[in-house]
Amino acid sequence: MHWDIVIDNFDYFIIGQTKFDGVFPFIHDPGGLLAAIILAAVGIFGAFWLGLAAGLMRLSQRWWLKLPAVCYIEMIRGMPLLLLIFWFFFLAPVLIGQTLPAFTTTMFCFMIFTGAYVAEIVRAGVMALPKGQMEAARGSGLSQGQAMRFVILPQALRNMIPSFVNQFVSLIKDTSLAAILGVGELTRTGVQVDNREMVASFEIWIAIACLYFMICYVLTSYSRRLEAQLSRYQARDR
Amino acid sequence: MFSGEPAEWMWEGFVTTLQISSISLVCAMLLGIVICVMRMTPFKPLQWFSLAYTEFFRNTPLLIQIFFWYNASHVVIPEVINQWMNDLYYWFPGPFTMFGHQFVGEWVLFNVELITGVIALTVYTSAFIAEEIRAGIFSIPKNQLEASRAVGLSFLQGYRYVILPQALRIVIPPLISQALNLIKNSSLCMVIGVGEMMFQATQIESYHSIPFEAFSVALMIYLMISLIVSFCINMYNKHFMIQVMY
Repeated sequence: MHWDIVIDNFDYFIIGQTKFDGVFPFIHDPGGLLAAIILAAVGIFGAFWLGLAAGLMRLSQRWWLKLPAVCYIEMIRGMPLLLLIFWFFFLAPVLIGQTLPAFTTTMFCFMIFTGAYVAEIVRAGVMALPKGQMEAARGSGLSQGQAMRFVILPQALRNMIPSFVNQFVSLIKDTSLAAILGVGELTRTGVQVDNREMVASFEIWIAIACLYFMICYVLTSYSRRLEAQLSRYQARDR
Repeated sequence: MFSGEPAEWMWEGFVTTLQISSISLVCAMLLGIVICVMRMTPFKPLQWFSLAYTEFFRNTPLLIQIFFWYNASHVVIPEVINQWMNDLYYWFPGPFTMFGHQFVGEWVLFNVELITGVIALTVYTSAFIAEEIRAGIFSIPKNQLEASRAVGLSFLQGYRYVILPQALRIVIPPLISQALNLIKNSSLCMVIGVGEMMFQATQIESYHSIPFEAFSVALMIYLMISLIVSFCINMYNKHFMIQVMY
């Protein structure tokens, strides 16, 4: 057993080749677990707004709002993330005329990919509210948009929080795919150390699996607790 | 793209994707049912094992698991099985004709990569399947079982005639979407060199430098599979999803 190799390289697993300084982004060339978390956090932030827009568009009555949203959601949900990443990696240079770094590419991919799933969460959350809420809001003189903005969404979004946390967990797991394009995040550092040392595969992959597990498990149990707490305050039909 | 070498590679990739995902779907179903039953037994250590299994494999990325099974599992797997897995080559059907096309042995190689991919996908998916089945069974109120016991059915009869017929109705749609996820996840097996569709698409991209066409065709095939399956789920929901009355 070569656990000492894991211990020696542990800081590399955590931050990779990250450089910290006072110049604007403050974190340069993020790597290791830090890069995975940055990718996931930025990805879920972008995906939230994208998903909110797409989900509401899909709920709309107008076909020219609904159709693009349905196409986007069904297409992204039907393809593997890996395909989206490759697709974007080869298509983006053609579209914008210059090559994108792998880190940015994967970040956009995670946003687009998770956005479709968030859109479904948003749609399910809005549809799960009793119909009476919307009718009462319209009845008291709010317009459709106002009713959405002030009555439906505040309730629906709150009920969706556990699903968002679950989606965040699955995004953290998906950031490992960035390694295939060569982004130096946790999985990639594992591959690098594994290829360099060659004798400690077992220890390295167990250690990395445990790192992912710790983060994901904490978030999953948090979302379960939230779900139990929030379900008490839901508006119901009965 | 639609003729010659690229088309042939893509077709091979498609067949390999179907192969690897169907084998691991069957295995994952069986393993998932076993894990779920373990969770329901009154014997504590089995419950703990099942809990640890589902939590661990659901909360680690599939890519890490594939790397683990491929690079590191030889430490824990017995020597005999290692030998057997490494010796496998051209084990599956071999050369045969299909749709009027002669397939040489090359593409059906049932080798250590394919087996590793099957193991990783099976273990990963079975954890999800076990959770789905458990959620389905737990969504039936407990008093249904109590009522069936009171009517005079035995424990197993209660499950057989009262709980499972209702639970299966609830469980089947999520199970189908798990199967869909499995097909999509099988694209990750390209990192260890299983020649499935994504792998072939990248091959075509680098040999013939037609990335756009290669990935378009891969996208179309994946979309086709998932749209057909989700259409089936909708049909199923329309016909069989009878509202369960509590």
